[in-house]
This record gives sequence, C-alpha cells and structure tokens, in this order.
Amino acid sequence: MSAEAHNEHAVTHDDHHGDDHDHGTYRSYLIGFALSVVLTAIPFWLVMAGVLAPQLTGLIITAFAVVQIVVHMIFFLHMNHRSEGGWNMLALIFTLVIVVIAVAGSVWVMYHLNTNMMPVHDMQGMG
Amino acid sequence: MSHAPTLNPDYVDEAGRPIFHPVEEPHHPEGHSTMLGFWMYLMSDCLIFAILFAVYAVLGGNYAAGPAPKDLFDLPLVALNTSMLLFSSITYGFAMLAMYRNKVAQTQVWLAVTGLFGLCFLGIELYEFAHMIHLGATPQRSGFLSAFFILVGTHGLHVTFGCIWLVTLMVQVAQKGLIQANRRRLMCLSLFWHFLDVIWIGVFTFVYLFGILR
Amino acid sequence: MTVEHSTSPLLGRLNWESLPFHEPILVATFAVVVIGGLGVLGLITRYKLWGYLWKEWFTTVDHKKIGIMYMILGLIMFLRGFADAVMMRLQQAMAFGGSEGYLNAHHYDQIFTAHGVIMIFFVAMPLITGLMNYLVPLQIGARDVSFPFLNNFSFWMTTMGAVLVMASLFIGEFARTGWLAYPPLSGIGYSPGVGVDYYIWALQIAGVGTTLSGINLIATIVKMRAPGMGLMKMPVFTWTSLCANILIVASFPILTATLVLLSADRYIGTNFFTNDFGGNPMMYVNLIWIWGHPEVYILILPLFGVFSEVTSTFSGKKLFGYTSMVYATVVITILSYLVWLHHFFTMGSGASVNSFFGITTMIISIPTGAKLFNWLFTMYRGRIRFELPMMWTVAFMLTFVIGGMTGVMLAVPPADFVLHNSLFLIAHFHNVIIGGVLFGLFAAINFWWPKAFGFRLEKKWGLVSFWCWVVGFWMAFMPLYVLGFMGVTRRMRVFDDPAYQIWFVIAGVGVAVIAVGILAMLIQFAVSIIHRDKLRDETGDPWLGRTLEWATSSPPPDYNFAKTPIIHDSDAWWDMKTRGYERPTEGFKPIHMPANTGAGFILSALSLIVGFALIWYIWWLAAAGFAALIAYAIFHTFNYRRDYNIPVETVQATEDARTQALTAAAATQG
Repeated sequence: MSAEAHNEHAVTHDDHHGDDHDHGTYRSYLIGFALSVVLTAIPFWLVMAGVLAPQLTGLIITAFAVVQIVVHMIFFLHMNHRSEGGWNMLALIFTLVIVVIAVAGSVWVMYHLNTNMMPVHDMQGMG
Repeated sequence: MSHAPTLNPDYVDEAGRPIFHPVEEPHHPEGHSTMLGFWMYLMSDCLIFAILFAVYAVLGGNYAAGPAPKDLFDLPLVALNTSMLLFSSITYGFAMLAMYRNKVAQTQVWLAVTGLFGLCFLGIELYEFAHMIHLGATPQRSGFLSAFFILVGTHGLHVTFGCIWLVTLMVQVAQKGLIQANRRRLMCLSLFWHFLDVIWIGVFTFVYLFGILR
Repeated sequence: MTVEHSTSPLLGRLNWESLPFHEPILVATFAVVVIGGLGVLGLITRYKLWGYLWKEWFTTVDHKKIGIMYMILGLIMFLRGFADAVMMRLQQAMAFGGSEGYLNAHHYDQIFTAHGVIMIFFVAMPLITGLMNYLVPLQIGARDVSFPFLNNFSFWMTTMGAVLVMASLFIGEFARTGWLAYPPLSGIGYSPGVGVDYYIWALQIAGVGTTLSGINLIATIVKMRAPGMGLMKMPVFTWTSLCANILIVASFPILTATLVLLSADRYIGTNFFTNDFGGNPMMYVNLIWIWGHPEVYILILPLFGVFSEVTSTFSGKKLFGYTSMVYATVVITILSYLVWLHHFFTMGSGASVNSFFGITTMIISIPTGAKLFNWLFTMYRGRIRFELPMMWTVAFMLTFVIGGMTGVMLAVPPADFVLHNSLFLIAHFHNVIIGGVLFGLFAAINFWWPKAFGFRLEKKWGLVSFWCWVVGFWMAFMPLYVLGFMGVTRRMRVFDDPAYQIWFVIAGVGVAVIAVGILAMLIQFAVSIIHRDKLRDETGDPWLGRTLEWATSSPPPDYNFAKTPIIHDSDAWWDMKTRGYERPTEGFKPIHMPANTGAGFILSALSLIVGFALIWYIWWLAAAGFAALIAYAIFHTFNYRRDYNIPVETVQATEDARTQALTAAAATQG
C-alpha cells in the first residue's frame, strides 16, 4: 500500500502519503489515555471540592478542556500537519475559526441585544 | 500570448518538450478520498455542535424560575459517564491497533468492548435524563433545559448511531475479514468515535462543570 | 388551519379539508399540473422511456448527467418561482383604493414565502450545484467526482426537498412566514398549520444533499486534479467552486442545527425561540443569518468563476490578475462569516456591534470590486467577441455594480435603520441575485451548452431573451428602489396611498417583459434542439476555449478523458493548443468507472416519506419510514462491488469516432 501511495505521489500530488503510517502504538494510546484521565479528573475535583474561587476555577477548567482536546486530537485522532497533505489540518483550523466566530459572535451579539431595547430593569431605574 | 508560460519541469521530455499525458494513468483507488471526505463531514458535524453550544451559552442561564444546574447535575454520575467514553476511546484505539496487525478476532473483541462502553454511556445518560424529567426538569420547562437536553441529547444520538454503525462493521468484518474497504470503514468510525469524545470534553466542561460553578 | 384539528392515528392531521378546494387559483393550477403531468407520463410510457430514464439517468453516478439533472430541476423550479413573482406583482399593482386585489392574505403570504424559498434553495442552489458538478471534474482533468454514489444521493435529496415544496401547493399549505421563517411567527402558537413544517422538512432534506455534495466537490478538487495542476494552476471557476463548497460545508450545518431547534420548539414544545420560559426569538435570527450570509456568497462565487472564464475566453486573453482573483475569492470566503449582523441592525444591539458589522460589510465589497477591475482589465485591449455569454457578462457588470453599491448603502447602520425591510432592500438583493447569479447562470448555460449537448444555442432567440431580461429587470426593480425611499415595506398585500401605484404598475410591466425573456429562452432551447444539426459542433471547442473541458469531445464520453492530461498552465487547453498538442489516437487502457445504483433514489424517496409523515403527524409512517431508511442504508453498505471497467475496445472505438468527426469537421471548415 505504501509503495503504491508513493508511486502515486510521483504523478499526482498531495495524495495520501502518511495516513497509513500515523496510526499510533499501544504506547501512544496509553499516554493519551493517561493524560486524558488526569486532565478530566483535575477539573472534576476542582469543581466538586470547590477549592478555588469560581472564576479562577472556570478559567482553569477551560484551559484543561482546551489542553485535553489537543491531547485527543494528537493521540486519538492522530492529527498532524501531514495527514491528507495538510488538508485535514487546514480544514480543522478553518472549522475552529468558524466555531469561534459563531459562538463568540452569537454570545456578543445576543448579550448586546438589549442596548437599544429599554429592558425592564432600565425603565425601573428611570422611574 | 506575449510569452509562453513556463513548463512544469516534472513533465518535459529529454528534448525539453512538454509531456501532455502520463505514461502510467494516475491511479485513484476506490476510497482514496474517503478519509478526507469523512474528516470534512466531521468538521460539518462539529459546526452543528458549535451552534448547540452557542445556544446553550446564550440560553443556559434562562431558568424561567425553574430548576438550575445546581439542583439537577450529579457530578459523580457525570464523572462515571465521562470515564465510560474515555475507556471506549482507548478500547477503540486497541481495536485499531489489532486491525493494523491483521488480527481479526482481537479487533472484534475490542470493538465489542467499545460498543459495551458506548451502551453503558447511553444507559447512564438515559437514567440521568429520566431522573431529571421525573423531577419536572423537562425540555419544555425552560430555555436552559431545552438547550441542555438538545445539546447533550444530540451527542447521545451520535453515540447511538456510532453503536449501530459499530455493530454493522463487526458483522462486515466477520463476513469479509479485514479487507481494505472494511479497514477504511473502521478508520472512519474511529474518527467518528474519538470526535464524539472530543465533543464530550466540551459538554462536561461547559455544561456540567460550569453549570455547577455558576 | 386551526390547532383544534383532530389528528387520526392513521393519517395524522391529513384529511379532506387539507386539500385546497376553496382556492380557485390552486384548483386551476392543480388541474393544469395533473393534465400536463399525465401527458408527460403518458409520453414516457408511450415511447417506453422508463427503463432508459431509470438506467441511464435516475441511477446514474456520472457527474455530467447528474449536473444536467440538477440544471433541469433548477429550471423547472424557476418557472414555479417566477409564477409566484408574477402573482405578487399583479396583486400589488392592483390592490389600491380599497381594492383587495385578487389574492387573499392566506394565499398571498404563502406566495411570497414560497417565492423566496424556491428561488434560493430550489433554483439558485440546484443550478450552481449542477454547474459545478458538470464542470469541475472536466476542468481538473478527472473522470468523475470523489464519491459518485453520494453525488447521485445528493441530487435526489435536493429533488425530494423540491417535491415537498411542490406538494405543499396542493396538499395543505406552505409557510406564511417569509423565506427565513422567523419565530415567534413560525412557532407553533402563531403558525399551527403544516406550512412551516413543510418548510422545515423541505429544507432539511435538501440541506443534507447540499452539504454532502459540498463535501464531495471539495474532496474532488483536492484529490483528483490532473498531474501538474497545482492549486495556483486551477481554472478560476474551479477555485471559486472550491471556495463556494467550503462555504457550503461550513454553513449548511448551521442551518440544519437552527431548523432542528425550531422543529424542537414546534414538535416537542421546547423553549428555544419562544417568547416565554427563557426562549429568545432573536437567537434564531442571529443563527439563521450566520448561515444566511455565507449562503449569499455560495450563490455568487461560482458565477464569479463563470464570468472570469467567459471574459477571458471572449476577450481572447489570459485572465488579468489570476492571483489577485484567487486571493479575493479566499478573502471573501472568510469575510463572509463576519458580516451576518447587517441583516438585523435594527434588532437592538448597540453602536459597537452595529459599527463592527457595518465596517466588515463595507470591507467585503473591496475584494469584489477588485474582481470587477480584473474583468475590465481582461477586456481592455482584448479582441472581444460579443457572443451571448459575453453579453450576459457585460450586463452583469453594469447591473451588479449598482446592486453592490446599494448594498454598501445598506451597510451603513443609520441608513439601514430607515431602509430595513423596505422595498429598497428587496430591490437591492434582486439586483445582485438576478444581476449576478441569474445573469451568470444564463452566461454559463449559453457558454457550456455546446459542451454538454454537442450543439450551440441559437443566437437570435438568445438575443431576444437577453434584451427582454435586461430591460425587464431594470423596469421591474428600479421602481422598488423608489418605493423603498417612499417608505413602502416588503410583503404588503394592499396599499392605501395611491401615489405608490404607478411605480407598482411599472414594476409589473417590467415583470411582463421578463416573462417574454423567459419565454424566448425556452423557445431558444426548443429551436436549438430542433436545428441541432445546423448548430452542431464537432470540434468540442466552439468558442476557442482555454480550460480543459474544451479539450474533450462535446458531449464528453463517459470517462471524460481517454488519457489523463498533464497541466502546465492555468489555461491548460489554450497552452496545449499553442504548444501544438496532438490528441492521442491509440495506446488506450481499460478505464475504471463507478457503477450505477438505485440506492440514492431509494434512500431519498424514503426520506421524502419520513418528511411527509412528520409534517402531517403520521407518526407510525414516520417511524416505519425512518427504520426503513436506516435499514436500507445499512443494507447498501453490504454492497462492496460498486465499479466496473470500460474495456479498451470501447475506449478505442469512442476515440476513433471522435478522430473521424474531427477530420470531417476540419475538412468542411477547410
């Protein structure tokens, strides 16, 4: 298969070289699993034990979630800049940009909604 | 044409003339685009979840004088559920490793274990939903609960389809063995399964943990 | 259409009253459709075409045939959407001075909703998808798309969505909410009937098809380009198609999710977009426009590609500023996600939100402007041949610029506060969609028709159609700008102020002129088909084309290219011609091709049944249909044999025939 893939690379471009090679090992799966367990357990513990102030906890668990997503991407989904000639990574980055725009934009737009709408509590303030 | 464009240096003959047809036809074996196509499908699915997360972010605080996350979420149960998905992820990984080593029986066993973890996850989730509905925290009760049930439920629905697909693939592997087409399908399901785990990270962090925090 | 309608276990809420016997217009339409439909079915049966249609077309996985079927679907639905437009114009020109016009509110509201939904989802989308399907594999030197079966499935899903919309005409009603079905009006409280459910399921079913065909075409462009065709050597149309499909894949899921939430509100009583229990209707508006604005660019980008190909071909020059064209397209692709709020400046956000989206909207006009200059510079000092595609392109440039400028006017939030939802807005988006998308499609149809069928379109009727369209467009929509400034809002059925009437009458005359243009186009097709031998093109390259699709015969063989070409330049075929390329006549090999399958049709038909059952609350049928859908999908995956080989003798015979045709054509020309 890999010989065929390389052969093909000679005539076309960015065809699948690589995606048959990066499929992980027991070791990489176990490392990924261990990291995920740690990265899951700490946020649960932080919230359940209530050791830190809520805002700080929120920041920390967000950071842990981001790190854990990256860990899953690398160790379980085997993302790297080479798979499918970089198109997978490009698609992922583009999607993340759209996700950020859609989520952050919606939140911003919707929380801004009441500016010109005279919500009830403002009118009470005026009265 | 003021000047001819430069030739592609990979495709000129000894005399420097352009070659217009390859000696060997470029080979596009069946399924050569499948992994890329499936990845793009996952990205589009990711956007569906992004919208559900956005809705939860906007409506998640609208309790309508109904129950709030603190009244409803049972974190130990969520932790247990999370562990089910995590275990299923690593067992699916083992199934893939067995597949690459061409061990049909081992692949099937790990797939079966993965499916069982998936079913446990679904069972716990259904128990949680039933419990909440029993408390009167139905999807109709408030904007928060609508957003909660749709987001978590959509994830659960994906896991359900993942399980159906998994069983289908086990039958196909049993019938045809680990032929190229089946390997490709197992790789697609692998992406799907791990992708759902990634979504779940967002769910337990931003729905359950943040729900308790606020 | 009230909530109290009882639902039976067998037929849900479907009963005799669901059929619109009380609407004479609908009854007459129904009669015409039935008679016409029976006529067509009778002819097909009489000439024993069912087997041919099923084997060669309905089950085909050939991207060319699927492309043509998409185009036919789009053109048929265009006639329906245009009929709606005519009815609206007539109503608005009449309903003055106490007259109620001839349409009641219930009917009129369905018409403006159906007009918008059909024109966007079932005319513009199938037409551009068809165009991309037909052309992209040919332009990149491929034999088919990456997922040929999925392509067939996508087409049928789109078609089944269209079928649902058409069914709503005679069984029940369509939505009365406007084409985006804003809640709370589209909620179950204000729209208890089946109209909004038809809307939802038609779009969901078609949306699956659209998303999958987007994935398919991206994979095709990424994976199947001919050797030597690096990204910056792709034809511009392929580039714009790539970007349009990226937009499809990254925006249609948003529409799907939004409509799922609306369905949840309607079917199970959740509170996403309701006014109470913590729902927020503005969230729907926000979400649907996150999809909606990229959608606008999905429609126009491929046509920008068409204009690029047409301009450079008929100016006999390489496209001016290829690189800047590509970058402009990519920039538009990303920026199109940053402007959605300009569709609802008036919803109550503050200055910071409105000015951010106002500014991004103005910025996005810059790359579009750059493209226009590129086309103008391509024409500059070119030997321009004013064939029909080029005429449509010039008409586009003049029309689209006006539409673009009124768009920038609307991008200014204070101006938008005055013009929001007025007929000025209606005039603006028709100006860009007709002037851009539709004129582009007409250019494309005239340009690539000879490729698809092997003969040109007749020019005289084409000219009649062209002039009627252009004149009719300006007559029909300039009055709407005026009316918008006079303060007339959209979707009105009757008017009090007699000062408006003259403008509506002018607009109505404009639509009549457009109708002549459409008729002329249909005549053009008919005349061309009748005189096809006179209009025959044996060369496969009737316009002195520049890109690869012109390298093969017209119509191309099933396998497109007997030998895969190697690309040295972005105008690959022009480059080959200038370098004295000689077509290979021997040494062919068997060609591996995907096999036809009926699975796409069956799966889509089952989806249609599920959708219909859900609309009418026929729960047992919905459940059974869904189970059948899943079961059949699984069953289909057990079919591992999906391809066949075209034997080398067939390839040789096909190519020999082409050699003879080319020799004969050269002889007659000489």
